[in-house]
Amino acid sequence: MIPYGRHLHHDAVPGVAALEVSDLTVAYPDGRTALREVTLRVPAGQRLALVGPNGAGKSTLLKAVAGLLNPAAGRVRIYGQPVGHCRHRVAYLAQKGEVDWRFPISVRRLVLTGRYVHLGWLRRPRPADRRIAEDVMQRLGIAHLADRQIGALSGGQQQRVLLARALAQEAELLLLDEPTTAVDVDTRQVLTGVLDELQSLGRTLVVATHDHARRDAQYNQIVYLREGCQVHLSPERPSDPPPAHSLEHNHAHPA
Amino acid sequence: MHILLDPFTFSFMQRGLLAVILVGIACATLGTYVVLRQMAFIGDALAHTAMPGLVVAYLYGWSLFFGALVADLVTALGIGALSRRRDVREDTAIGILFTGMFALGIVIMSSTRSFRDLDEMLFGYVLAVTTTDLRLMAAVTVLVLVTLMLLHKEMELTSFDPGYAQVIGIKAAILRLVLLVLLALTIVSCIQVVGVVLTSGLLITPAATASLVTRRLRGMMALAVLVALAAGVGGLYASYYFNFAAGASIVVLCSILFTLVYIWKTLADRWVRPSRT
Repeated sequence: MIPYGRHLHHDAVPGVAALEVSDLTVAYPDGRTALREVTLRVPAGQRLALVGPNGAGKSTLLKAVAGLLNPAAGRVRIYGQPVGHCRHRVAYLAQKGEVDWRFPISVRRLVLTGRYVHLGWLRRPRPADRRIAEDVMQRLGIAHLADRQIGALSGGQQQRVLLARALAQEAELLLLDEPTTAVDVDTRQVLTGVLDELQSLGRTLVVATHDHARRDAQYNQIVYLREGCQVHLSPERPSDPPPAHSLEHNHAHPA
Repeated sequence: MHILLDPFTFSFMQRGLLAVILVGIACATLGTYVVLRQMAFIGDALAHTAMPGLVVAYLYGWSLFFGALVADLVTALGIGALSRRRDVREDTAIGILFTGMFALGIVIMSSTRSFRDLDEMLFGYVLAVTTTDLRLMAAVTVLVLVTLMLLHKEMELTSFDPGYAQVIGIKAAILRLVLLVLLALTIVSCIQVVGVVLTSGLLITPAATASLVTRRLRGMMALAVLVALAAGVGGLYASYYFNFAAGASIVVLCSILFTLVYIWKTLADRWVRPSRT
């Protein structure tokens, strides 16, 4: 395949954390600091919550990890590799996507775009890719909407479609920016169910969230951000119950 | 039947027909992206900035096609570069660039006092295209279709979700540049059929008409091609039988088709599906 971007897809460095962020500083285009010297470490198979008020830098952090923003200082390592070397392993769900919902494309095809990172230039989606997209739509309860134009959906349905695309990518590290904010109750239930399922599959999740009621029980680590600074790092805990294949990482220390 | 076939016993009408078909296909398919990505203004600008290229090529006896192409490629690359900076807003930059270039073309032309040829540049000369012109048009159309086919999934993705495209490593700016270059080529082709002033009509109106009817990208492209071809052939007949200007007739027919479809759709939405409100 001819991969997108300059770098071939690299394999993970054995034994490293899924995500390692050290002293990360990110500036807005106008020079103000969006994020100051944030450090965190997410072992494979664990869940980390980013918590904080609006403007605290949660989205900025996720964007820097996703490669949408360039850090002013510090570094990000994804499975031991710099940003951009491991794109196929990372799925990112934007809080308010830049999706043009009036564009003439069906739900099915939008979900299928989650497979593109594995296809690269010139290759068309294969039957296996289509199957993955169908499975994911089934799982998120949007299979009956597959032929709809993406604009003819409710807000909750649109959010499911975007999460479906992120899942179709079959990434090991998922960056989710407020996945359950501003959606209906049904959608929230489906989404949280899917997130649980993902963790039981050993996927690593970094979630920016407002969902106070649930977060303590759900996450191995919680990072609080305020005005771009890390104010408090909760002690890392093993998963509850710990997924069998991530046990080896549970003794790792927070940075 | 004679009424339909008679005009095409003349070789200039045959060449005109071929030109209209080739240009119609390229304009309509590419125009679909122009409409969906809201690049209509750029399309119009690229048509106008071809003017000094056309005029200089004309004065020195060079190929008009390549004269216009050089002017347009320079503009397309210039717009690509300008849109990355932030000190001038893109639409402002385009507005400045295209009126300046267009005026420059007119000024140079006015010094030669050859207004008949100026007319052809402004409003097209579909009934005077040469075999060489047709070969170039064919090359442009094939290039547009092949490129859009090969880059279909990336072009589609960067059109509706540039953010996600960036996350998976696709450089939206480069695809946009590819689109601008294709646009420059298509417009240069199109200028010969409908002229500098009306080019964006053939680029945008068929695609806009199709966008009223279908919710699929490929369907939209196919339908836009049909509209462009119908208007193109109709325009040639109008020119043959009523002595109308061919290029302008084509664009008028495009506008009529758009209006009819628009009215039909408005009525259909109101009466067929009243329950949706």
